[in-house]
Amino acid sequence: MTDLTGLTIAEIRDGLRRKDFSATELARAYIGAIERARALNAFIAETPDRALAAAAQSDARIARGDIRPLEGVPLGIKDLFCTEGVHSQAASHILNGFRPPYESTVTANLWRDGALMLGKLNMDEFAMGSSNEASYYGPVVNPWRANGSDEKLVPGGSSGGSAAAVAARLCAGATATDTGGSIRQPAAFTATVGIKPTYGRCSRWGIVAFASSLDQAGPIARTVRDAAIMLRSMAGHDPKDTTSADLPVPDYEAAVGAGMKGLRVGIPKEYRLDGMPPVIETLWEQGRAWLKAAGAEIVDVSLPHTKYALPAYYIVAPAEASSNLARYDGVRYGLRVPGDDLVATYENTRAAGFGAEVKRRILIGTYVLSAGYYDAYYLRAQKVRTLIKRDFEECFAAGVDAILTPATPSAAFAIGSKAKASPVEMYLNDIFTVTVNMAGLPGIAVPAGLDERGLPLGLQLIGRPFDEETLFRAAQVIEDAAGTFAPARWW
Amino acid sequence: MSVDTAAVKRVARLARIAMTDAEAERLRADLNAILGFVEQLNEVDVAGVEPMTSVQPMAMKKRDDEITDGFYPEKIVANAPASENNFFVVPKVVE
Repeated sequence: MTDLTGLTIAEIRDGLRRKDFSATELARAYIGAIERARALNAFIAETPDRALAAAAQSDARIARGDIRPLEGVPLGIKDLFCTEGVHSQAASHILNGFRPPYESTVTANLWRDGALMLGKLNMDEFAMGSSNEASYYGPVVNPWRANGSDEKLVPGGSSGGSAAAVAARLCAGATATDTGGSIRQPAAFTATVGIKPTYGRCSRWGIVAFASSLDQAGPIARTVRDAAIMLRSMAGHDPKDTTSADLPVPDYEAAVGAGMKGLRVGIPKEYRLDGMPPVIETLWEQGRAWLKAAGAEIVDVSLPHTKYALPAYYIVAPAEASSNLARYDGVRYGLRVPGDDLVATYENTRAAGFGAEVKRRILIGTYVLSAGYYDAYYLRAQKVRTLIKRDFEECFAAGVDAILTPATPSAAFAIGSKAKASPVEMYLNDIFTVTVNMAGLPGIAVPAGLDERGLPLGLQLIGRPFDEETLFRAAQVIEDAAGTFAPARWW
Repeated sequence: MSVDTAAVKRVARLARIAMTDAEAERLRADLNAILGFVEQLNEVDVAGVEPMTSVQPMAMKKRDDEITDGFYPEKIVANAPASENNFFVVPKVVE
């Protein structure tokens, strides 16, 4: 039997219809792949029985011709999504033993459309990180290695498990979330496609909250087409999330292959950083050339407040997190470390339950919201946010349809290599991606090439609100020109 | 703006996270690095700029003020570290 785990979601769809293989055979192939890949530490909870039960149901439906859009497609689910009755802990010890009695809207949408769950994927604790080194369950290992090296590399974060699992063919696609780059940066580090949709495109209900004005769910997949197929199922209005947009979900797949004729792509000068590795500058120019060859008009644009997005983010996001994570107090769910009185119980529980990065961010957030500092920090950061958003609005109003930038300032780095650095050095990984969350816009990362050590690099496209279709059009052009990449299996 | 160890402990108290002096000292360096990084926001002219309160402009939808859910307390306390008769049990609060 050919290796079924090599098939994309689009190919699975065709293959199941033609009855080339069954959903059960496909699920078994992935369950085997996961068992052989434990060295990557991508999955923190495996659900093979559930997957096989769902696959059996899919086979019954296929037999009677009642086929849903994602029928029989085996997916990995980031541990940040509440999945009913299944480990949902945001990779944190403070939610020890938590099994939600409800299903997140995004995953419910995927099951509605026939997909099945292979398990829950590792991530940075509470989605706070850019390397998946901050998980209670230990780091995820990138399936990619540098040429001639067996050094373990990070897959990026916070959706490191999702990106690693998709790249290593442990699932056909994965759900992920992005608050400052947590879909796009790991996608770029693993040669996968990741899209963060417009704020409000997907429901946040049932997703453990980090920063409520920045969080968005999105897919990580092997191809642009697969990402489009997944997003169509994930997205949609939800009455349980008042920030979700009451707008119809387009057929994103129809945009794939529509080309670039008549579109104008902006190249923002402020994204050219001093000391940026030459290979990234080269790739960015290559991307421009590919889009131009496909019919796009390329223009230089300016987004003057770009450099202030990262510091503003590191005020706004921790502030919102300090509020969202106040609920973890050992009373209603998760870990409880008893104390002499109630306050001591809170303090002991939270000290024992939260990891170091989470504590750092809660403390920064608490500080910038505290009396005497609120105006100087939080209010100022929210005003800068208005200016960042305005830069993009003016750019789009001038006739730009999409903006092309690098996705990351480097390729994947070694696990542990930033352990002694200042926390700020880790934060710089998100320098190209946070602007997009701050402005609430959609952004996609698509593989564009490999660096001199054979490691993946991606390009990012930023779009107008709710215009994910233009992003899929442009990303497909890049994928057609650059090709797709898969790591050599060493595990 | 930078913080001293006493300030870190104060903030830890606000955040209800127990913290030893040694931990507070370690975190002090990290927090000061972050606060140093965000100082550059003072360069921006924000005169007359409204803080962003809504990411996508929209009117918040409201629902009818009716009970449409609930009546399953056992599900609500199912994950509790300590519960009794569908109550969450905690250390005594009122003397």
